[in-house]
Amino acid sequence: MTAPRAFHPLARLLHWTMAVLVLTMLFIGVGMVSTVSSKHQWLLAIHKPLGITILLLVVLRIMVRLRFQPPALPADMPALMKFAAHASHWLLYALMLAMPLIGWAMLSAGGYPVMLSSSWRLPAILPASPVLFAWLREAHQYLAYLFFLTILGHMGAALYHALIRRDDVYPSMTTGFPAPVEIAEKPLEHIEPPAPEVLPPSDNAG
Amino acid sequence: MPDSSDTSPPPHPFLRWTVIAIAVTVLALAFAYVAGWLTPQRLTPQRMVSDLQTNSGLYPGFRRNHAKGVCVAGYFEGNGAASAYSTASVFEKARTPVIGRFSIPGGNPYAPDGGTPVRALGLRFNLPNGQQWRTAMINTPVFIVSTPAAFNQLTVATRPDPATGKPDPARAGAFFASHPETAAFLGWAKTNKPSASFATDRYDALNAFYFVDTHGQQHAVRWRFEPEAKDEAGAGPKADDNDYLSQDLRQRLATTPQRWHLLVTLAAPGDPTNDATKMWPADRTTIDAGTLVIESEQAQDNAPCRDINFDPTILPAGIVISDDPLLPARSAAYADSYLRRTREEARLPGVAHADTPKPETK
Ligand code: HEM
Ligand code: HEM
Repeated sequence: MTAPRAFHPLARLLHWTMAVLVLTMLFIGVGMVSTVSSKHQWLLAIHKPLGITILLLVVLRIMVRLRFQPPALPADMPALMKFAAHASHWLLYALMLAMPLIGWAMLSAGGYPVMLSSSWRLPAILPASPVLFAWLREAHQYLAYLFFLTILGHMGAALYHALIRRDDVYPSMTTGFPAPVEIAEKPLEHIEPPAPEVLPPSDNAG
Repeated sequence: MPDSSDTSPPPHPFLRWTVIAIAVTVLALAFAYVAGWLTPQRLTPQRMVSDLQTNSGLYPGFRRNHAKGVCVAGYFEGNGAASAYSTASVFEKARTPVIGRFSIPGGNPYAPDGGTPVRALGLRFNLPNGQQWRTAMINTPVFIVSTPAAFNQLTVATRPDPATGKPDPARAGAFFASHPETAAFLGWAKTNKPSASFATDRYDALNAFYFVDTHGQQHAVRWRFEPEAKDEAGAGPKADDNDYLSQDLRQRLATTPQRWHLLVTLAAPGDPTNDATKMWPADRTTIDAGTLVIESEQAQDNAPCRDINFDPTILPAGIVISDDPLLPARSAAYADSYLRRTREEARLPGVAHADTPKPETK
């Protein structure tokens, strides 16, 4: 199968929406646990429903990822760099899925009602257990730090593609390359890079 | 494949690398700032709890405050009187199961009962819809301070002197002198001898909350549990008995369930909702909303109340927190204390284990 040159528009929309939401969640999380002001209450009131929203979105995103083939990494990328890219992407998916599940599970294990609003409650997904609570609460914190570090690396790598390598990687998740119509309207010498349709079949698909 | 990547070195590579480095660094610094890592002077829940722990010493597995206590269970029987003000089902004419915990303040689980006049009650109501109402109350008419910062300063100012084992009177005195809002509490503490029974005390939530009625209208309230038992607990405790409160409770419950009335006071316009050191005038409308019946007790070592965090901001639909600054601080600090003690219970690496043997009592 031929890999497309850019991510599917739905994948791009999900990527940027979730990027904002996940970063927001990480900041809300570390902010709320380090304050004794009223921020602790209203940030927590955002944290729980927003976290569950991320859980729903990541399920959708994984389906989109499986349905629409993503573009391949540039063929001339060093193998180690490719490995780091793939490994960090899987880590990001795993954390997007695990963090909200752990949040939900730890509140269940702590015997708390999992309230998403003043009246909307999710069922417990674990029995009340102080031992499970402690492990999950620690995991929620340290995996959040790992999440943030991975995002920093991801952002650095994206900018490296955009500014240093200037390859297809960055536009494949942003503009998705301009549509042919728009390109045709511009003077000829500006048609660069060529639209996906005129590209010969890629040999690094998969 | 024809690779579209531009293999020629980018113009101004140094500038480009700088842009990348700045982007990553700014985001990392923002995170560190929000997490409080760049502002060690910030009053965090961790600092409040660590200061409490420093005062009492570390007792792995126990609460960092109100460490000494006993688990109880029973039910609450609503009478419908508060349903005009709150939609919470607990106020309807129905029974709601309750788990509770009587305690005395301080982080030492072996402290003598007579060492403080303060007695406390935490309750967790399990509503049929799966929601919960948690409240943690004490037997005083007002709280000692009105803000988290003052609570922390009080903790530090009353830290026991290692030489005497008692707080330095000069330091504590200086704190109280600079905090006149403590006078009402101190007056109460001076005139009230430590009671001989948990059953004869009244427990007051002190912090204000809002009841929310069926129209979404909010009503500022404070609540307290008023005991039916009014006796003076016989001749009172023996002087050398450090654990008389739990014994008294066990004896009473062996024969009769103990009962309290939930009294809900409605604020009048202008009554402060954000200052637990100020009483509301005595003539405010007060509703008897139902009866708490405590039927059984169990040592806290291995009973259900041990693993409950009586966080007063865990509320069912129909009750919401007020603007009292103590409430968010309590929620944050109780969560940290709960994490510390469950971590010790779970024997997580790097923490003291909960089964550390009990120290010799002095
Ligand atoms: C993408 C999803 C999520 C992220 C990135 C996230 C991130 C965080 C972070 C960074 C913290 C602070 C940890 C610390 O420093 O100790 C935190 C705490 C917390 N999170 Fe999440 N979280 C997510 C989902 C959830 C969900 C779905 C829930 C519950 C339904 C939840 C409940 C909590 C609670 C209760 C706390 C701690 C509150 C306390 O101890 O006072 N989180 N989270
Ligand atoms: C900012 C002020 C306060 C701080 C920092 C604070 C701190 C604490 C901590 C750390 C615990 C142990 C929590 C646990 O491990 O589960 C605790 C328990 C308790 N506190 Fe406070 N507290 C404050 C104000 C109050 C007030 C105003 C009241 C009464 C109205 C109160 C009543 C209680 C009671 C009854 C318990 C024991 C609950 C139980 O049995 O688990 N506290 N407090």
